[in-house]
Amino acid sequence: MSSAPSADTARDERRRARRSRLYRWDVRFSPYALIAPFFLFFVAFGLFPLLYTGWASLHRVELGAPTDMEWVGLRNFSRLLDDDFFWNALRNTFTIGLLSTVPQLLMALGLAHLLNYRLRGSMFFRVAILTPYATSVAAATLVFVLMFSRTDHGLINWGLGLFGIDAVDWQNGDWTAQLAVSAIVIWRWTGYNALIYLAAMQAVPHDLYESAALDGASRWQQFLHVTVPSLRPTILFTCVVSTIGATQLFGEPLLFSQGASPTGGSDHQFQTLGLYLYEQGWFNQHLGRASAIAWTMFLLLVLIGLVNWAVSRWIRKSA
Amino acid sequence: MTDVTQTHRAPRTGGRGSGPARLRRGPLRRGRGPGKRGAGRQLHGGKLTYAVLVLFTIGSLFPLVWTAIAASRTNTRLAQTPPPFWFGGNLFKNLEIAWTDANMGTALLNTLVVAGTITIGTVLFSTLAGFAFAKLRFRFRGLLLLLVIGTMLVPPQLSVVPLFMMIAEFGWTDQLQSVILPTLVSAFGVFFMRQYLIEALPTELIEAARVDGAGSLRLIWHVVFPAARPAMAVLAMLTFVMAWNDFFWPIIALTQGGEPTVQVALAGLGRGQIPDQSVIMAGALLGTLPLLLAFVLFGKQIVGGIMQGAVKG
Repeated sequence: MSSAPSADTARDERRRARRSRLYRWDVRFSPYALIAPFFLFFVAFGLFPLLYTGWASLHRVELGAPTDMEWVGLRNFSRLLDDDFFWNALRNTFTIGLLSTVPQLLMALGLAHLLNYRLRGSMFFRVAILTPYATSVAAATLVFVLMFSRTDHGLINWGLGLFGIDAVDWQNGDWTAQLAVSAIVIWRWTGYNALIYLAAMQAVPHDLYESAALDGASRWQQFLHVTVPSLRPTILFTCVVSTIGATQLFGEPLLFSQGASPTGGSDHQFQTLGLYLYEQGWFNQHLGRASAIAWTMFLLLVLIGLVNWAVSRWIRKSA
Repeated sequence: MTDVTQTHRAPRTGGRGSGPARLRRGPLRRGRGPGKRGAGRQLHGGKLTYAVLVLFTIGSLFPLVWTAIAASRTNTRLAQTPPPFWFGGNLFKNLEIAWTDANMGTALLNTLVVAGTITIGTVLFSTLAGFAFAKLRFRFRGLLLLLVIGTMLVPPQLSVVPLFMMIAEFGWTDQLQSVILPTLVSAFGVFFMRQYLIEALPTELIEAARVDGAGSLRLIWHVVFPAARPAMAVLAMLTFVMAWNDFFWPIIALTQGGEPTVQVALAGLGRGQIPDQSVIMAGALLGTLPLLLAFVLFGKQIVGGIMQGAVKG
C-alpha cells in the first residue's frame, strides 16, 4: 500500500521525462520532416537532372537507347559552334526576344499608368487585360495562325486590305514570321506585366506626387520623374523575367510553323534555341547534343544576367 | 521546376495609405479625386484614358471571341472573304468532332487530374517547407534556402534531357505520372509561402501554442494553415493556371499522344491531325474554356493574387 504512491510518482516522472524528450525531439527534428517532402521531389526531379545535364552533354547519347552513353568530351559543344543552324537560332531568339519584350513592357507601363487613375469598372479592365494570360500557348498560337493566314481571307490580311495593303505571306516571310510570333507573346503577357507595374505604382507614396505637383510638374513630368524612378526595381525585375521567358521561347514558334515542324519555318527563319534543342534531341535523336544546347542556353542567360547587373549598377552610379 | 516566366516575388501587404486630395490641378483639366483611399494617384481618368483602355480590352478579348466565332462556322466559310465576324450555327457539331476525333474529351479529363494533383502537391509541400524556412531554426537553413532560390530562375530546358532518360528508364512514357511528378513541387512556391508567412504568422502565436503543449502536427493544423490560407489560395490559382497551360515538358513526355493533356492534344491539331480549321478552333476553345470560366468566377482574386505577388520595390 505504502509503496503505491511512490510507484505512482515514479511512473509520473518517467512519463514526464518521456514527454519532454519527445517534445525536444519534435522541436529538433520537425523542421527536417517539414522540408523533407519538398526536398525529396526537388532533388530527384529538379536538382539531379540539372546537374546530370552537364554530364550528359559530354557524351554521345541517342534517343533510341538513352542508357548507352559514350564519352566524347567537348565534341558536342564544338560541333554546336560549327553549326550554322545554332547561330541562326541564337540570332532568331535574340531578335524575337527584342521584338516581343520591348513593345510589351512599354505598353504594359502605359497601361498600368492608365489603370492607376480612379476609374469606373477598373476591376473589369484588370480582369479583361489579364485574360490572355489564362490562354495557353497552344490555343493562342492556333488562333493567331488562322488570323495570320497568308491569303486575303486571313483576318489580318483582310484588315490590311482595307487600307489598300497587299496580302502578306506571314509564315514564309523572314521578318513577318518573327513579327507574328512576337505578336502572340505580346498579346499573352502585356496585361500580366501591366498588373505587376500597377501593383508597384500603387505603392508609390502619394506625397511624392504632391510635392512634384507643387513644384509645377505636369502630369507627363510626374510620370517621368516620379513614377518611373520609383518603379525601377520592378522594371528591372520584369526585364529579367521577360528575358528568361524570351530565351525559352518554344511553343509559339513550334505551332506557328506549317504542320508544327520543329524547324521554325521553311527556312528556319523563326527557329528559336528552344526549338533547335527539341529538333536535335527528339527529331534527330541526339540527346547529348541537346544537353549541350541546354547548357549553352543557360550560360547565355548567366551572361545576360551579368550584363544586366553591370548596366543597372552603372545606371545607379550615374544617377 | 517552375516556369520562370510566371515567377513572382515576395507578396506585398498592400500599399494602402491615405493622402490628402491634390492641391493643384494638372494642365489637363480633370476633376480632383474626392476619395482618400489608396496610395498612388487619386485622379479620375478622362475620356482618353477610357478610350485607350477600351481599345486594350478589345485587343485582349477579340482573339478569344473570334476563336468562338470561327469554331461556329464551317471550313468553307472560313476560306471566304471577308472573314466572319458573327456566330454561325455550326458550333456544337465542331465541338463534338473536336471532343472525339481530336481526343479533347480525354485530354480535358487528364489535364484536370494533372493540374489538380500538381496544385494540391505544390500548395501543401510549399506551405510546410515555407513555414519551416520562415519560422523554425535548424541547421543548414540558410544554405538550403539559397539552393531553392538559386534554382528558381533556371530554365526547364536544362533538366529536360535527364528527366526524359529517367522516365524512359522507369517506363513512364505516355503516362500521366511522367507529367505530374517532375512538377509536383516548386521552388517558387516555397519562396512565396516563406515570404508570406514571415509577416503573416506572428512568432508569439507559435510560442503560445508550444507553451500549451501543442506538438508540431497540431501546431501546423491549428496555427500555420489558418494563417497561410490567403497565400495558399493565391498559390493554388497561379499553380493551376500554370499546370493547365504547361507545354514544353508534356509535349516531350507524352510523345505518342495515347494519354494527352489539353496542350498535347492542341499540338496534335497544330500538326494537322484534323485539316478542318473550324474544328481546330473548336479544340482551342474547349481547351481554354475551363480557365476562362475560372476567370469569370475568380477574376478579381486572380488579379489580386498577381498584384500581391508582384515585386516589392
